Amino acid sequence: MRANTWSGRNKVEVRDVPDPKILNNRDAIVRITSTAICGSDLHLVDGYVPTMQDGDILGHEFMGEVIEVGSGVPGEKLRVGDRVVVPFPIACGACAACAAELYSCCENTNPNAGIAEKMFGHPVAGIFGYSHLTGGFAGGQAQYARVPFADVGPLKIESDLTDEQVLFLSDILPTGYMGAEMCDIQSSDVVAVWGAGPVGQFAMDSARVLGAAKVIAIDKEPYRLQMAERAGHIPVNFDEVDVRSTLLELTGGRGPDKCIDAVGLEADHGSAHIAAYDRVKQAVRSETERPHALRQAIMSCRSGGVVSVIGVYGGLLDKFPAGAWMNRSLTLRTGQCHVQRYMKPLLERIERGEIDPTRIITHTLALDEAEQGFNLFKNKQDNCEKVVLKP
Amino acid sequence: MDLTATTTIRRPASEVYAFWRDLENLPTFMAHLEQVRTTGDRTSHWAAAAPFGTDVEWDAEIIEETPGEKIAWRSTGDADVPNAGTVRFVPAPDGVSTEVHVVIVYDIPGGAVGKAVAKYFGEEPHQQLDDDLRRLKQVLETGEVVRSDGAPWGKRARKEFPQRPAQPLSDAELEKGADA
Ligand SMILES: [Zn+2]
Ligand SMILES: [Zn+2]
Repeated sequence: MRANTWSGRNKVEVRDVPDPKILNNRDAIVRITSTAICGSDLHLVDGYVPTMQDGDILGHEFMGEVIEVGSGVPGEKLRVGDRVVVPFPIACGACAACAAELYSCCENTNPNAGIAEKMFGHPVAGIFGYSHLTGGFAGGQAQYARVPFADVGPLKIESDLTDEQVLFLSDILPTGYMGAEMCDIQSSDVVAVWGAGPVGQFAMDSARVLGAAKVIAIDKEPYRLQMAERAGHIPVNFDEVDVRSTLLELTGGRGPDKCIDAVGLEADHGSAHIAAYDRVKQAVRSETERPHALRQAIMSCRSGGVVSVIGVYGGLLDKFPAGAWMNRSLTLRTGQCHVQRYMKPLLERIERGEIDPTRIITHTLALDEAEQGFNLFKNKQDNCEKVVLKP
Repeated sequence: MDLTATTTIRRPASEVYAFWRDLENLPTFMAHLEQVRTTGDRTSHWAAAAPFGTDVEWDAEIIEETPGEKIAWRSTGDADVPNAGTVRFVPAPDGVSTEVHVVIVYDIPGGAVGKAVAKYFGEEPHQQLDDDLRRLKQVLETGEVVRSDGAPWGKRARKEFPQRPAQPLSDAELEKGADA
């Protein structure tokens, strides 16, 4: 089959690779009809997440048709011919984490748990196409994928919704939603979202769906801010205005009640000298993150507010404003999305027309054009927000 | 050399105990064990793979057991690598799970076998036992040892790194299996 692979720092390459086969009884093989490029793929491709290998198949947002199921998958769960969206964390459904619906912390699905444990203290779930730290599972930017624990993860789509309407249930829609849900939104809340990329856009839509009074989008790309504005959110361009004073202005001096960091480890704003400090430390790997968005969110949030982190962090950061966090009674909440928990309720919201996931798609390309898609997305060319690939 | 490791498995102690007490199950999750053959009610014959094509074998006997709670064993006769172990099964505070506490003691001998075995166990012995218990947990909670494309050979922990790329195996690689 054809598959998009990592082939060295900042290089992807669509190659011919073997077709996937059933390795465990609870596997299924899915013929992929749509897959997407995610912001966290960029962190893998540019080498900031360790343990990538030449030839690793990328991609953790995909959907398609089941063409084979292992002997351990009960027919009432999944059959050949079912149309499914596959969640990015691989979860066993049986461990203590899964029992608590903490699917991205599944205790059984990462065969490289020993390595993840050294990095994170405790291991995390296996993830498709997301480095050997998260298990070394082949990803879904391919014609076919092997899906372990197929009786637990995949969501059957039984209506005639298009791929574009449901594909993002695999990751970015639930991720954005969880970011808003962790804020415990009240109807009087002003919610500020750092990052108007795909996850940020869905965090904004989710905050509104959950009843926020106002939603503020913070980014520097005019086209991303316009996209947020068209969806009814208030744009703030950090290249043009001072973020803190603008947020105070918009909130009568209180600061946003709830703040969502949808940027993560490669934020590129903040004060110039701290930016330079982070760049140097990141370059010598003594700090792995450039956490401007997180620092700014903590400093801006109203006292007693919630800072919800859904941007991806991989390792260590410093200059964390612990004083602001502690002295002003802030709550910090975070997590890789427990996608399995949100897929069904969000599918229902899509069916009821409360959320339109298609609004962020700017490019649809063939799988063989994956490299072009990565470049468009990475360099924010041609107003690229979200790339869908068709194998 | 003393090794200790512990894990929590979301199954009742009676079940975890029964799985372990059937000693022939041990090689399904313990990386270095090739085979355990039951030879009597409390006796068994063990075979483990060591590096450089060396194999070590020994007889063992269960010296103490409390059903659902504890099993202790030790090697007998002139084992190449005299060893002993204890595993305790303790109900976890959640009322559902079982804590598995393992202690294994190896007596690393001199000579060529001793050197090879010391080297084999010397790299990351605690990591190996931790990984063994992780696979025990996988087997009991999910039914199988979980395989990925980068680490497709289940319990072959010593092949954990370097891994193969995260892409499907070819038919030829599958055929050759873990020794390819
Ligand atoms: Zn993603
Ligand atoms: Zn699990």
